[in-house]
Amino acid sequence: MSLESGKDNSMKRFLLFFCCLLFLLFLFSCFSKVDKNSHTLVIWHWMTDRQKTFEQLALKYEQQAGIKVRFELYAPSDVYSQKIIAAAQARVLPDVFGVLDEKVILASFIESGFIADLTEEFKKDNGAWEKSFFPKALAVNLFEEGNSYHIKPGIYGVPIDITSILMLYNKNLLQKAGISEPPRTFAEFLAAVKALKRVGIPALVSGWGEHWMVDCFASNYAFNIMGEEKIMATYRGEVPYTDPDWIAVFAVFDTLRKEGALAEGIVTKANKYAEQDFALERASFAFNGSWCVNVYADMNPRLQYGAILPPAVNDNLPLKIWGGAGSSFVVNNASKKKTLAIAFLKWLTAKEQQVFLSEETQNLPANRTAAAALSEILSEFAKAMDSATHPKVWPYNEDPLVIEVFDKGIQSIIIGEKTPRQVGADVQRAKIRQLERLQRRQKK
Amino acid sequence: MHTLKIKRFSWPAFKDHFGNFIFIVPALAIFSVFYIYPFFEIFNLSLYEWNGITPYREFIGFANFGELMQDKVWWASIWHAAFITLIALTFQNALAFALALACDRQIRMKKFYRVIFFIPPILSEIVVGLVWQWLLYAGMQDGQHIGLFNYFLNKIGLPHLVHNWLSDPQTALTCIAVVHSWKGFGWGFLLLLAGLQTIDQQLYEAAKVDGAGPWNVLVHITIPMLLPVIVVVMILTILGSMQVFVLILSMVGQGLVYHTEVPVTRILSSMTRTNQFGYACAQGVVFGMILVAASYVLRQISNRMKQE
Repeated sequence: MSLESGKDNSMKRFLLFFCCLLFLLFLFSCFSKVDKNSHTLVIWHWMTDRQKTFEQLALKYEQQAGIKVRFELYAPSDVYSQKIIAAAQARVLPDVFGVLDEKVILASFIESGFIADLTEEFKKDNGAWEKSFFPKALAVNLFEEGNSYHIKPGIYGVPIDITSILMLYNKNLLQKAGISEPPRTFAEFLAAVKALKRVGIPALVSGWGEHWMVDCFASNYAFNIMGEEKIMATYRGEVPYTDPDWIAVFAVFDTLRKEGALAEGIVTKANKYAEQDFALERASFAFNGSWCVNVYADMNPRLQYGAILPPAVNDNLPLKIWGGAGSSFVVNNASKKKTLAIAFLKWLTAKEQQVFLSEETQNLPANRTAAAALSEILSEFAKAMDSATHPKVWPYNEDPLVIEVFDKGIQSIIIGEKTPRQVGADVQRAKIRQLERLQRRQKK
Repeated sequence: MHTLKIKRFSWPAFKDHFGNFIFIVPALAIFSVFYIYPFFEIFNLSLYEWNGITPYREFIGFANFGELMQDKVWWASIWHAAFITLIALTFQNALAFALALACDRQIRMKKFYRVIFFIPPILSEIVVGLVWQWLLYAGMQDGQHIGLFNYFLNKIGLPHLVHNWLSDPQTALTCIAVVHSWKGFGWGFLLLLAGLQTIDQQLYEAAKVDGAGPWNVLVHITIPMLLPVIVVVMILTILGSMQVFVLILSMVGQGLVYHTEVPVTRILSSMTRTNQFGYACAQGVVFGMILVAASYVLRQISNRMKQE
């Protein structure tokens, strides 16, 4: 008996010790701090194709300045967005990070004090740093006087590169179909689709399984059909989505469907697969961003292609593409290494580093002096910057809930489930609901 | 005559038991921190309008729940999840049961089949989704179908069945449900096989002596003896299928209009795309309650069946 009870007691003591150890480990892991006081700058980003180049640049910076920089990659972009929101809630944001979402989210981060105002840094030395960038690249991080987000005017982010989203065409496939010149108008595009269909080549592919790309394509045509002022008036709730101009925008998708211009399965296709289709010559046209140059070079180095503006439906107004906003970094306002972070970003956006970044990753540099030595295809993307606009530079943005109904509505047109008028009515209903909600909130 | 005995507090007895209570403290702490606290915090957040970033939140009471009751897309997503669950409960579990019965007998290469049937569940959902997306691919190159399904349908003389499987509202959800069942049947197979091996062989021998046929043996011995395992498999199937999500993301991206929306994709959309953190929490609370209710009902049914 006594031997057994002795065994029990020693077992209890051992278990007690084990439990205490587990509890201490738990407490330690809960309260441990990550790199807060070391001299390492931590940068979070989502750019899978740039990680290797960033690491090379970080090594170079360490050799030059003696400051260690750690680039931490979190992908895909959806996951990255969630991560920074969660990190903001837990107050564990890194020294430098990027905000991928709409401008309203960037504004929320600034409003909550998570992002440092860099205006003074940009204005130093007679605005030397500011002047080194393309104005459209800087505009996405700029909040002007009287902005609708009620953010103190200033520049809050540093552009690393710029992007423009264009229509791409496969030179060989067009030649096979007897088309010598890429289409410039919508009528020419439809004629090209017919010619391609005759030789059994699918026409347009894009990653419209990712809704923002459908939104982008529709926005191009909205600018072409009704112009910026009317679009902004719609966002303010002054023009309904049942307006004939908006129906004409939806009708572009209906025409594309009826003419068989869209590749099979385009509505659920992720952009990665759309890129694969175009690179492997399964489609003659693609709607994609300038990042694709790097992607296509990896997938099919012999691909012969060019870039054009999406063919316009209206000659009276310019078609605007989304561009300017590439990737930007912001500085954590609460970081103790804010000065070091700004110094690193200045170094990263200087000509030498920007040329290296552009050559290695085939992206358009944000620094205007680095844009001199671009490949032929990247130059085509760069030229289109004159026609570029972006939701982040618009004075108003549409409510995300309305955008969801808008994008889903376009999907339902593409699969032949709804007409442009039905979709217009659906989107308008969602818009009214959101306006009423906003009014209720304002009354409170 | 019964006399009521009141136990007097004894310090040595308490001291002796106190050591035992300490052992459950780590588990209780972990459970409280990672399960109980988050649940109450989610419920608390569901009473606010908040975008998930700003430090201020507006208390709106049960308004998010009121809005949720009128959200047709949300209720359609519940129906879609229920449809996937129904396919899993029938097709997936019937397949698992049939294969478990087959592997329980003296057949050749029994171990090989067991391993093969258990491969789908251990594969990553993302990988399974992407592979099936490729199998069901609808595109063509040089006049040939690229997707394996459409390619074979065309080759075996059934070109009229060639289809845009994942971009057609008529087939997209069914394809997802079938792939989910294919991926999930291995768990049911394993549990049911383990259950079958615990049934006393003497029962089968006695039934054989009494002249019972295979059907009677199945209905009167195997199924009743396996009932507790079947209930566990059904509960796990319901919980797993209602929460299907990664497979949908990998097969149809952000969805085919609203035809492939399930509760978890709606919660994710509210939380990250439309920035309605409070509303997403309300969706989470309601969805959790639906799952608890479904599990409770199933447990009651199984208890009643056991009593009968």
